Amino acid sequence: MNYYARRLLTLLLTVLFVLLLTFAAFRIIPGNPALVILGTEATDAQIALLEEKLGTDRPLAEQFADWLVAAFRLDFGESLRFSEPVTHLIAGRLPVTVSLAVMSLVLTIAVGIPLGIIASRARGKAADMLVTIGTQLGLAVPSFWMGIMLILAFGLTLKWFAVSTFTPWSENPLLAVKSLVLPSAALAVPQIAIVVRYLRTSMLEQLGLDYVRTARSKGLRESAVLYKHVLKNALLPVITIIGINFGELLAGSLVIEQVFTLPGIGSLLITAIGNRDYPLVQGLVVLIAFTVIAINFVVDLSYRWLDPKIRLQ
Amino acid sequence: MKRMKSYSLVLGASFVSVLFVVMLISLVYTPHPPNEMNIRERLQAPSVRHWLGTDNFGRDILSRVMVGSQTAFEVGAVSVAIGLLGGFLVGTLAGYMGRWVDELLMRATDALLAFPGILLALLLVSISKPSLFQTMLAIGILSIPSFARVIRSGVLQHKEADYVKAARGLGAGHANLIFVQIAPNIASSVVTTAALSFSTAVLIEAALSYLGLGVQPPDPSWGRMLNEAQSYLAKAPWFTLAPGLLITLTVLGFNLLGDGIRDLRDKKS
Amino acid sequence: MREAAAIATEASLLDIRNLQIRLGRTRGAGLSVLDGVSLTVERGETIGIVGESGCGKSVLSLSILGLLPSAMRIGGGEIWYEGRHPLHAMTDRDIRAFRGKEIAMIFQDPMSSLNHGLTIGYQITETLRLHLGYSRKEARERAVWLLRKVGLPRPESLLREYPHQLSGGMRQRVMIAIAVSCNPGLLIADEPTTALDVTIQAQILDLMRQIREEDGTSILLISHDFGVIADMCDRVLVMYAGQIVESGTVDELFERPLHPYTAGLLRSIPTPAKKNSPLYSIEGHVPALHERGAGCRFASRCAHATERCRTEQPELVAYRGGHAARCFLAEAEGGNQHAAV
Repeated sequence: MNYYARRLLTLLLTVLFVLLLTFAAFRIIPGNPALVILGTEATDAQIALLEEKLGTDRPLAEQFADWLVAAFRLDFGESLRFSEPVTHLIAGRLPVTVSLAVMSLVLTIAVGIPLGIIASRARGKAADMLVTIGTQLGLAVPSFWMGIMLILAFGLTLKWFAVSTFTPWSENPLLAVKSLVLPSAALAVPQIAIVVRYLRTSMLEQLGLDYVRTARSKGLRESAVLYKHVLKNALLPVITIIGINFGELLAGSLVIEQVFTLPGIGSLLITAIGNRDYPLVQGLVVLIAFTVIAINFVVDLSYRWLDPKIRLQ
Repeated sequence: MKRMKSYSLVLGASFVSVLFVVMLISLVYTPHPPNEMNIRERLQAPSVRHWLGTDNFGRDILSRVMVGSQTAFEVGAVSVAIGLLGGFLVGTLAGYMGRWVDELLMRATDALLAFPGILLALLLVSISKPSLFQTMLAIGILSIPSFARVIRSGVLQHKEADYVKAARGLGAGHANLIFVQIAPNIASSVVTTAALSFSTAVLIEAALSYLGLGVQPPDPSWGRMLNEAQSYLAKAPWFTLAPGLLITLTVLGFNLLGDGIRDLRDKKS
Repeated sequence: MREAAAIATEASLLDIRNLQIRLGRTRGAGLSVLDGVSLTVERGETIGIVGESGCGKSVLSLSILGLLPSAMRIGGGEIWYEGRHPLHAMTDRDIRAFRGKEIAMIFQDPMSSLNHGLTIGYQITETLRLHLGYSRKEARERAVWLLRKVGLPRPESLLREYPHQLSGGMRQRVMIAIAVSCNPGLLIADEPTTALDVTIQAQILDLMRQIREEDGTSILLISHDFGVIADMCDRVLVMYAGQIVESGTVDELFERPLHPYTAGLLRSIPTPAKKNSPLYSIEGHVPALHERGAGCRFASRCAHATERCRTEQPELVAYRGGHAARCFLAEAEGGNQHAAV
């Protein structure tokens, strides 16, 4: 079967499993979900009402089928706490998280790639060790702690940034960006570490290839050799890595939003879990998982398209 | 070249050992009782009496941090154990039986992997009350895919090896083939995965506890300490330093350890 | 050894004098890779350098344009281009003006020597725009012309293709096209046919001959294959363990090799006459850098080595007509012997 067809099939199967898992998670609770939500003091009438609302009074398979169909229409029902459609609630919070993710990605690329190039200039055992320890440290630091440290340094001590206030985009885009600087920096640190590590390896690998000598023998300046010949080839696997790591970026943002009290889908999720707002939790989990799956799929395809050797077989 | 690669292992092993020893010590001794509240001494800066200062209840931070290592190691060990067991089952079945069993199990594994780690943990934690047990179970479950993959690939690789065929020819049963013949050869990759999963477990537990959805009081947790500390960031910045630093060191130690073991294996092959 | 170029009426195109290349970064220290190599290339000449792998011929070719690996450096000697450009003393910045413009190189493996991630068109036009200041359009037109010149079909569509889409022979033609794009005076070809099929080898050599005739380009051809050298070159230098052990015209070397090593190399050329007998190969191996002793470096493999050969270094001595050899036995015979294997 065609490679792309196979990948698509795999994708669909994975999606199906994700939906199954998310649905099943809330059905494996022993006892009555409605009872669990409302607590032991609830009256029978209240329970029955919630059951009807949740649909838990119907056979399991039917519930799943219905939920599945609704999910494909992006209808996850109504939030139990906020009495609004889940999709609506999520849409309201999405811009913050998206801008956070985008800013982190921008920072990752803007800082990680130059750092990776610089790191590749340093050869020898001492340099290797330094780069390895540095990147390992970047990966080991919990991003939410980094966030707290950044607040301490830049928010409280230097007072460059206001702490725990978020200005919505609609009000003032510039201030919105400002309030996202520290959180995206915190998120970007492990991403940058990964980029530096992989880019360095990739650059060193490319620099050992014959075409570099040919490029030099043509009279090109060293910077031209680096940027026009080597970097282009070296960046390919790195871009893939960044894409694949997007899931971790999203995961990190869930916690970071709490650290900086940002009104994104991460904090919405935490709130929903605290409220036992199952429809909302389900909707959020499915959305986030889908996004990660979709991005991984796109990254996989784009890698094949970007590499001329694979694209033009 | 040799020395360069082994520093990872040495460094990692040192960090982990030191932390382990600290954890063991904390079981029998801490400078102050970790839960002893002393409102008069709250939010004190590091001093001779309290090396890392005191928290908002006057409790000694050093003692609490030491005891917190118990949770970190416990969560790490149990979740790795769960992941290893589950991964072993899945990986061996998939690798050994092949065909549609393999395909099915691998798609399920992929689905689990599609969830960013903490999301899955949050999902699992949301269906029940947060507790130490729930945390360990959730992280254990999300560790299964990595182990499953490593073990499956190992089984696939060695299934058709000569020594396995020889053993089979001598009448060895499936159990013998799996446990006695193949297992030792995939041991080092499994150990690497274990080390890396351990550090992931520590990170996720810290994040969950920070969010209030992980380990609950009175069980100690670095992550939860960070949450408490953040409220007093302006008044007592040192409060946030210790738990964060320890999470970092623990994760760093196990990562280096895992990398070191992998480098060792790569060198040998 | 050879006539001093200073007295010549017109300076040689390339004049390498007593070049020494050492391993290591620090002054004075380090093992010697090339030991006092001298050669000249006149305009229109094709000079061949032949020797086994490890003799230093590739290092020699790289040193001309300052492309030595970082572990090596020029430890002594001079490299003059057109009698007035001291390539050996130039900074990277200065020598760049010569690379790809006055002196161009083609390498052994065209697949790895071309950038797999860039189109053929880009890799050709790059040099044109860099050295000759062509616009993108002009460079593209010129590139098509060049591809046609080297005998490639459908040059326009070839510009958009990537190296891996071409065959080995086509890739080497592209490399040649890139090399001659700015009309260099000297073309350095390091094992240009070694990685190619035998039939393609002949085609590439034909192409090089064509270029030589059409543009008057001088060629410095490096190869371990004596057959290729004999086919293309006017004069040949035989290298062994970092030294030139014999030099002369192709005819001189073939008719009367003065050095036992040359005789050995000649004997190991496969010809139809030798079809049924085992192919001769010289016993032993090229000594590693640190294995080189005080005496003649070939002594360990030479069937006629004397005690003097093992303790004293022979000098490169010129005999009749510029045919030179580095061998005590040749000295003894006054350059009249036919070296035996």
